[in-house]
Amino acid sequence: MTDILVYVPNSGKHAAEVLTLARSLGDVAAVAFDDAAAGLAGEYGAAKVHRVEGAGIDDYFVAPKATVLIDLARQAAPDFLLLPSTDEGKAIAARVAVALDNGLLTDVSALEADGIATQDAFAGATIVTSKATKGFTLATVKAGATEPAPAPGTPQVETVTAAVSDEDQRVRVTQRVDEPAGDRPGLAEAGVVVSGGRGVGSAEDFALIERVADALGGAVGASRAATDSGYYPHKFQVGQTGTTVSPQLYIAAGISGAIQHRAGMQTSRVIVAVNKDADAPIFGMADFGVVGDLFQVLPQALEEIEKRK
Amino acid sequence: MNIVVLVKQVPDSGLARRLDAQYRVDRNGANNVMGELDEYAVEAALQLKEAHGGEVTVLTLGPGQATDTVRKTLAMGADKAVHVEDDAVGGSDALTTSAILAAVLGRIEWDLVIAGAESTDSGMGVMPHLVAARTGAPALTGARKIETDGASITVEHQRANGYDVLNANLPAIVSVWDTINTPRYPSLKGIMAAKRKPVETLTLADLGIDRAGADAAANEVVGAADRPARTAGRIVTDEGQGGAELAGFLAAEKFI
Ligand SMILES: Cc1cc2nc3c(=O)[nH]c(=O)nc-3n(C[C@H](O)[C@H](O)[C@H](O)COP(=O)(O)OP(=O)(O)OC[C@H]3O[C@@H](n4cnc5c(N)ncnc54)[C@H](O)[C@@H]3O)c2cc1C
Ligand SMILES: Nc1ncnc2c1ncn2[C@@H]1O[C@H](COP(=O)(O)O)[C@@H](O)[C@H]1O
Repeated sequence: MTDILVYVPNSGKHAAEVLTLARSLGDVAAVAFDDAAAGLAGEYGAAKVHRVEGAGIDDYFVAPKATVLIDLARQAAPDFLLLPSTDEGKAIAARVAVALDNGLLTDVSALEADGIATQDAFAGATIVTSKATKGFTLATVKAGATEPAPAPGTPQVETVTAAVSDEDQRVRVTQRVDEPAGDRPGLAEAGVVVSGGRGVGSAEDFALIERVADALGGAVGASRAATDSGYYPHKFQVGQTGTTVSPQLYIAAGISGAIQHRAGMQTSRVIVAVNKDADAPIFGMADFGVVGDLFQVLPQALEEIEKRK
Repeated sequence: MNIVVLVKQVPDSGLARRLDAQYRVDRNGANNVMGELDEYAVEAALQLKEAHGGEVTVLTLGPGQATDTVRKTLAMGADKAVHVEDDAVGGSDALTTSAILAAVLGRIEWDLVIAGAESTDSGMGVMPHLVAARTGAPALTGARKIETDGASITVEHQRANGYDVLNANLPAIVSVWDTINTPRYPSLKGIMAAKRKPVETLTLADLGIDRAGADAAANEVVGAADRPARTAGRIVTDEGQGGAELAGFLAAEKFI
């Protein structure tokens, strides 16, 4: 049987996706550092949970968790070790790769049981398949790689007690600042994302983008030109240096469709663009596009949406 | 404070890029530029040098044409550079690259290493952690803000829903996002001065490394294909009906 170790962070959809993908490949042993993560692992079909306990793990950046994962990977000798492609997941994976002198695949969008991984290259313009040639398949999995499917069970829980070594205490987390999420769904998780770009023209006018997002139950996104201009906070930036989204519906209003923007939204199922420039590259990838002024098109669309609801 | 900046030359992400027959990044047809986030790393280093003194050394591993990128960093204001250039490096994976960069870091005196949070060609975003694991230095990655008193360093590590404040004693490794600063353009004076700045070229033999390239890699690319183009959608021109048509499309697709 194929043995799969999965690092499960405590938050939501991305972790559920990695568990769902892992389950399709073999027997899943989850590594959970808190009850929320352990609960998620059980809900998404893990056969086993390594429930790690230890004082101070969260007081230091990445290193204590990486040490636990390195030890577990060494003991379990799994066929796969999968982590979500987040800053933390990649950081842990990198440390495992060095410690075990093992191949490393990042941002995989699909994985086969024989270890062949699919990855995007060049902001998604090219799709490559690769495999580890040294050690097991160590991979970080991109958000949106699979639809999360629950498979509740009662995993066997094994408590792992970890002590944080002096060496792992070198990067102290002195403060965690969570910015309020608001009422809208999270950008990375939303089924609908409505994004505005430079064409929105001001922070005040982003209210129109918010109204469209709210009418469709979606999240608000922004291009870098919009975040750089201060129209909308940076954390809503979609793209290469922002959040990668893969919603059912992506609406881009006043966004030209630069490659760095496309890198963060091109795997959306349905793409809609509103832009007054008929030559804007975003139309090249849109399922539906309106060449026009967003200040004319969106209010009319809103009116229609309210009528049809 | 002596700072080393890790800089990688990459094909311009704004233009078409491709893989060659060996599935390596095709650098011949491409317009090669400094990794876009690496410009922010250079700027961060220059600002810290301006505040605290010391020297900024640029370190790059790459083919001969990466000299252009090295020159640009020197023109921006870096003091000197180390360029590892060896034909045997072609086809190396991230693990090997990190071993080579760490070997150079083992030969020079540094208090701080600054890298981009990710390169714009491979986009792996792992090099700072790989190098940290190899050098044993603490890694504070994904910074949107850096502060140092010369003995310790504090960064704001950017997250999707906020940030964490991280602190460590020097020497340390940090990586930066594009939220951290606005990189300067090289001045004419800087470009002239760059010509006289020292660039040390090293080979793998100089570093005592005998395993590199595709044969030493721990992963292998087995196939590559262009992403299938999205099928052309319906584009309408707004003549007073565009919004209604948009709503009609959303309804037909069951989003309303
Ligand atoms: C290292 C690096 C990383 C980057 N990362 C990202 C990233 O993560 N995300 C990102 O988005 N970008 C990123 N970029 C920037 C990217 O290259 C583009 O500059 C940016 O995406 C442009 O944003 P925009 O489309 O809103 O602006 P523009 O390109 O200026 O386009 C504005 C569009 O709005 C249209 N418009 C104007 N007024 C109206 C109106 N009234 N009605 C309808 N349409 C209108 C115009 O026709 C135009 O097409 C990055 C760049 C670099 C170098
Ligand atoms: N060949 C290289 N030479 C020097 N620095 C590099 C090299 N490759 C990666 N880096 C540094 O590591 C960062 C992250 O790269 P990556 O992990 O490839 O996304 C880059 O932004 C650079 O600062």
